[in-house]
Amino acid sequence: MAELDLARAQMAMLFAFHILFAVAGMGMPVLMVLAECAHLRTRKPVYAELARRWGRGTAVLFAVGAVSGTVLSFELGLLWPRFMEFAGGVIGLPFALEGFAFFTEAIFLGIYLYGWDKVPPPLHLAAGCLVALGGILSGVFVVASNAWMNSPAGFTLLGGRPADVSPLAAMANPGWKTEAIHMTLAAFAASGFAVAGIHAFRLLREPRNGFHRVALGIALSVGGVAAVLQPVSGDMSARFLARNQPVKLAAMEGQFRTQRGAPLRIGGLPDPAEETTRYAIEIPGALSLLAFHDPDAEVVGLSAFPRDERPNPVPVHLAFQVMVGCGIALAAVGAAGAILGWKRRERLFSRPFLCAVVACGPLGLLAVEAGWVVTELGRQPWVIHKVMRTSDAVTPVSGLALPFAFFTIIYLALGVFAVRFLRKEMAESPFFPAGDGDSPTVSGEV
Amino acid sequence: MPTLPTLAAGCILASLVLYALTGGADFGGGVWELLNHGPRAEARKRLIIHAIGPVWETNHVWVIIAVVVLFTAFPRAFAVLSTALFVPLTLVLAGIVLRGSAFAFHAHRPHEEGGAGWWGGVFAGASLFTPFLLGVVLGAVSTGAVRGEGPSSLVGGTGAWLAPFPLSVGGLALASSAYLAAVYLILETDDPELKEDFRRRALGALALVSLLSAAIPFLSAGGAPEFHRDLTGSWWSVPLMGANALAALGAVVSLSTRAYPLARACAAAQVTLLLAGWGMAQHPYLVRPDLPISSSAASPEMLRLLLIILAAGGVLLFPAIYLLFRVFKKKALFGG
Repeated sequence: MAELDLARAQMAMLFAFHILFAVAGMGMPVLMVLAECAHLRTRKPVYAELARRWGRGTAVLFAVGAVSGTVLSFELGLLWPRFMEFAGGVIGLPFALEGFAFFTEAIFLGIYLYGWDKVPPPLHLAAGCLVALGGILSGVFVVASNAWMNSPAGFTLLGGRPADVSPLAAMANPGWKTEAIHMTLAAFAASGFAVAGIHAFRLLREPRNGFHRVALGIALSVGGVAAVLQPVSGDMSARFLARNQPVKLAAMEGQFRTQRGAPLRIGGLPDPAEETTRYAIEIPGALSLLAFHDPDAEVVGLSAFPRDERPNPVPVHLAFQVMVGCGIALAAVGAAGAILGWKRRERLFSRPFLCAVVACGPLGLLAVEAGWVVTELGRQPWVIHKVMRTSDAVTPVSGLALPFAFFTIIYLALGVFAVRFLRKEMAESPFFPAGDGDSPTVSGEV
Repeated sequence: MPTLPTLAAGCILASLVLYALTGGADFGGGVWELLNHGPRAEARKRLIIHAIGPVWETNHVWVIIAVVVLFTAFPRAFAVLSTALFVPLTLVLAGIVLRGSAFAFHAHRPHEEGGAGWWGGVFAGASLFTPFLLGVVLGAVSTGAVRGEGPSSLVGGTGAWLAPFPLSVGGLALASSAYLAAVYLILETDDPELKEDFRRRALGALALVSLLSAAIPFLSAGGAPEFHRDLTGSWWSVPLMGANALAALGAVVSLSTRAYPLARACAAAQVTLLLAGWGMAQHPYLVRPDLPISSSAASPEMLRLLLIILAAGGVLLFPAIYLLFRVFKKKALFGG
């Protein structure tokens, strides 16, 4: 493999690993705070136990996210020094803000985890809320820099270097809003469904355990609401891309030809050599409708761009199909849960529905990974859209196979440890008798 | 009034000092876990985990702040350092990952992961080489061998860090971490035997820190000549070294007379003065000799906004950190 490919593979591996924990760091604190709110309102011990246990899970996932995030902040320079030399002075601000959001999360997570018996309940709850706020803001700030790579702003290009830098305009780049909403909802949907899936799995074994029942209720509420809202945000993103990054949208949809009334392709395999997408189910005019809210609108195809400025549509299109497929499944199960549980909560705990929730457990995380593939591979060959090529950003250091192998081994081991840790936590889950009074009272949020 | 780039560089140095005083001590705790033999080993280990647990994550963030300010305010220096010191920085990252995650597993499920066996050894070993290599990187930045001349040239990795001077700075960083940890830990327990255990360890580490602090100005003569000239020949050289010697003496006396809060103040002063000395001798360069602070900084607009964010963040942050330490270090820090 060439050094550039090794650098890209390493960065992809580091991100694929980190994003799972980052997502948990955004979503899990919200779950634990909702459990504590329920405890403060109802005084039922089951909620306190749940908040403690979710807090412990949050702590470990956050710790792994913190160190793998630290790795990324250094690896940006280690693998892509020319990118950072260019971008650091333009888009550094959100990283600094993220640093403070991260501080907030770390400080108050310490207070939350170790302070159950040391600080008064309102302060404890406030600490939990600040953890959740810090987690969400961290994600939103980091996404600002990724959005800037897709829709660079806040500078003019002068002899290959940035000039007239306006850091605020760079941060408030056009892509930030849509990407931040999409990522935040994805984080809630993914962590909500992952947690709900685990508790649904346990309920299949011990259906009368009230602990898992209340846990499922809260996790499914958060995951379900986010999953149902996500298509709205996805629509915003698609329309943004159609105007600002049409080449990425074309790759996502396997659209080679520029045409009016472009069809939406479900499935299919793009063939870059023949410039066509085969085996897809096509819905006539639907892509134009989604991208421009007009079935006759013109959608720009990949062939409108020089070959050396096109992303490879094969992985981008396939990953996009995976992301949308998972998202639809989550939204459907979330909506079904709302309808089932509306009248009688007991129906949420029927075997078929629990099986559906278990099946959805990994799908949110899979959608996050697939979405990341779409946005990163869809931006290629650019690291900064139309400003800097990825191949121009890479480090001159050679022998990158070694750090790649090194971090792969470390992360594999870390992943195994993290999974073992969480499995042991789950295996020791307590039993609370299920009664009507114990069912969660957060149904208003469904 | 210092210039904007100097202020930004000062913020990096301040973050490094805070990281050394907090996160460095957490790594130092890992050193004592690794060297934990003899009677009361289990009690010492519990004390270390108990002391670090609530503050570990917060202490770690200082290194992130340092690196973020570096690449935002001095992007060129970040690129140069990342390529030239690729190997030690990569190893530092591995150490941070291993120690950080092992600590979390271990703290939340004692008697299990991260404690024993082959992986336990790897995790504990990370506590040794992470502070060591961070020190090596600081030393290498001063040698003059990390080059970044020319507008866009980036040389590949250099072996400049594998020299006596940077390696001895690494040794000093490691010894300082262990020293701080031992001094802090004395105040974390009421058990007189444990107090004595860590008092002895603190005195041993202090001897090593003093030895290396005294040797480094001499070693820098050969390994980092320009840095040496500024470190030893500036108007502040004698007062700084005098203050450092005084702090070391104060630590010896207060550890001998068991005046532990004073010992802690002296130890923190020593480490702060060491890093301040490094920063002052490095001034006006970020990376000697090609990247002066003044001419390698980002735009004034960026520096101004960054400093505003740092100041505003600090106003929110320090009360929160105070609260954290007030809740969990009440006895150790606030005496009651």
